[in-house]
Amino acid sequence: MRPTPAPLLLATLLTATALTACGSGAGSDPDTVEISYKQSTDNSVRVMDTYLADIKKQFEKANPGKKVKLVPIKAPDSEYYTKLQQMLRSPKTAPDLVYEDTFLINSDITSGYLKPLDPYLDKWDDWGHFIDTAKSAAQAEDGKTYGVPDGTDTRGLWFDKGIFKRAGLPADWQPKTWDDILDAARTIKEKVPGVTPMNVYTGKPAGEAATMQGFEMLLYGTATGATESPLYDTASKKWITGSQGFKDSLEFVETVFKEKLGPDVSDALDPNFATSVRGELLPEGKLGINLDGSWLPQDWLKGSGHEWPEWSEKLGLAYMPTQAGQSPGKVSMSGGWTWAVPSKAANPDLAFEFVKIMQTKANAQKWYIANSGIAVRTDVAEDPAYVKAQPGLDFFTGLVANTHYRPAYPAYPKVSTAIQEAMEGVTTGDSSVAEAAKAYDEELKSVTDNQVIKK
Amino acid sequence: MVVKESGHSRAPRLRGLSRALPVTPALVILVLFLAGPIAYCVYLAFTDLQLTGQAESSFTGFDNFRTAFEDDAFLNAVWLTLVFTFLSSIVGQNTLGLALAALMQRASKPIRTLTGGIVVTAWVLPEVVAGFLLYAFFRREGTLNAILDWLHLPSQNWLFTLPILAVSFANVWRGTAFSMLVYSAALNEIPKEITEAAEVDGAGGWRRMWHITLPMIRRSIGTNLMLNTLQTLSVFGLIWVMTRGGPGNRSQTLPLFMYEQAFQKSMIGYGTAVALLLLVVGSLFSLVYLRLLRTEV
Repeated sequence: MRPTPAPLLLATLLTATALTACGSGAGSDPDTVEISYKQSTDNSVRVMDTYLADIKKQFEKANPGKKVKLVPIKAPDSEYYTKLQQMLRSPKTAPDLVYEDTFLINSDITSGYLKPLDPYLDKWDDWGHFIDTAKSAAQAEDGKTYGVPDGTDTRGLWFDKGIFKRAGLPADWQPKTWDDILDAARTIKEKVPGVTPMNVYTGKPAGEAATMQGFEMLLYGTATGATESPLYDTASKKWITGSQGFKDSLEFVETVFKEKLGPDVSDALDPNFATSVRGELLPEGKLGINLDGSWLPQDWLKGSGHEWPEWSEKLGLAYMPTQAGQSPGKVSMSGGWTWAVPSKAANPDLAFEFVKIMQTKANAQKWYIANSGIAVRTDVAEDPAYVKAQPGLDFFTGLVANTHYRPAYPAYPKVSTAIQEAMEGVTTGDSSVAEAAKAYDEELKSVTDNQVIKK
Repeated sequence: MVVKESGHSRAPRLRGLSRALPVTPALVILVLFLAGPIAYCVYLAFTDLQLTGQAESSFTGFDNFRTAFEDDAFLNAVWLTLVFTFLSSIVGQNTLGLALAALMQRASKPIRTLTGGIVVTAWVLPEVVAGFLLYAFFRREGTLNAILDWLHLPSQNWLFTLPILAVSFANVWRGTAFSMLVYSAALNEIPKEITEAAEVDGAGGWRRMWHITLPMIRRSIGTNLMLNTLQTLSVFGLIWVMTRGGPGNRSQTLPLFMYEQAFQKSMIGYGTAVALLLLVVGSLFSLVYLRLLRTEV
């Protein structure tokens, strides 16, 4: 029998398909744990790299014959998530352990990218030391837990005592309302030329920093009920549109940039602006007030790129007040990151072994101190060595009582982008507060599948 | 399988087969790596597939396309893409390339080599490198403002005030070399006698350009415009590095809009639909140019 063209073609096709399919499964060595994490875009900050290298050594010593392969992803936040999601889609590229922001974890759980960790957690004594809110940070709607948190964070106002002195403002500054903050910024603008009076992260380039450090720190201070979320209505399970608080928060942002109390708009919309706030503006005494997170000192510790041990004398800390000083007076947002195991991981058991070593009390404590994290383990939080390890830790740990968590449902990342767009509109002056708020309402409807409620 | 043909028809068929054999691998590779992904993309454009936040995707018909045409940001991106293409490709690269080529015809050899060298260097640079260079040129503390300061002219933040112009200029800077090379080749093809005859008849420089040179290189113009336009429509890295489509959406062309939808908002299905629409824009341009090419002089 002689082959005719059709079967021949088919045979060639099949061979080719088989060849391309060969790739799958390659790279998953049963003795190697592959770990992906976010590497700082600032080359001189190597806190995470140093810490993981240390854990890798401990792991390889405790598990002879097993190897750890660290796969850093060097990208700004928003690109890190994208890259990670693409890796998680295929067993060929999925690592064994990934570092996930709690802001995205529910979205990734819904996509089926992550593995429930309950069977492992049940047999793990240390899990009992984690505080309950932290345990729920990576819990999905199905009640299963998908990640082990490695700390949390809170947010507040950092201010430069030197600039405050020159402006005639008090060294123990504590604003009670939004107006107090704006007034201080106006005073700085008038009395101390050449410095940026205040910084509020804004716009799409800043990503989640704009939403969480910037907008939500304002929005959650407009709420009248202390526990209600002004973004998401838990009773009806719908996202809130048309709220006055939303417009007021946008107006605050607009005021900052319209009155030139903030950084130059083009700097504020530079994707690497956060890096220069920590690395240049604050250490060089060029920024008066900075609304930012508890983790800033990790860039200034000994051994990091911008060593600045005297920061605690140069900078003051104040909590973020509510809009008009209404109860409870202070606002903070909390998030944090977790270690999660991809559903397509080749070596999930080894990956969890790695988590266990990372989360011994000694290692966890080492990590909280190294990255200026807020402890989520009671045994660490009670340890005087931890509390004394760093100035500011006390202040930020104290904010945990008044902190809010984001409505981290699967639609949240898109809602967050919509918020950034609204902020960017008023920052550049392209849209008025009313227009930006209206555009947000429209966008909210489309990204949440019309699950919205007017309030 | 049994081959039923009679003996005498088998021989030519076999010959045909043996001729087809060498191209089969190429064909298979084309089908696998080109047609396959394209077909998959077309399919995705009709689904609501997301990168995250969803367990199953479903077929949604023309929903993505309807969303696009109702989306102000999409329409804004289409408009900016047209502006960017018109300014940088049709006006900038094309005209400047022709002018450079015409000037170089008359220049001395060292000048020709030098100019050619500089222009081609800009072209050879990877898109991202060119993007960073021009970012450094246009930024607030950049070269352009330093020059303006030196001349006592007002400086400004170009990437912020005129982002679409800045990225268009960048694309002109980067892509002019290609046009110049195409036109240099075309101009060299024009027989000397014709130009000389016109000169004897008393035609000046502009008249010679308008009545002789341009009609004779018409086909090259068509080809060049088509290639330039298609390349410009897909520019991503350059704009991404310089402005990321901002500030606001003021330099967000279709490729950047597509990236934002697909990878930043995780809406792969929608992003793919936008990609298909970009393909349509590209084909419309190509059709126009192809008509231009087909008309005989």
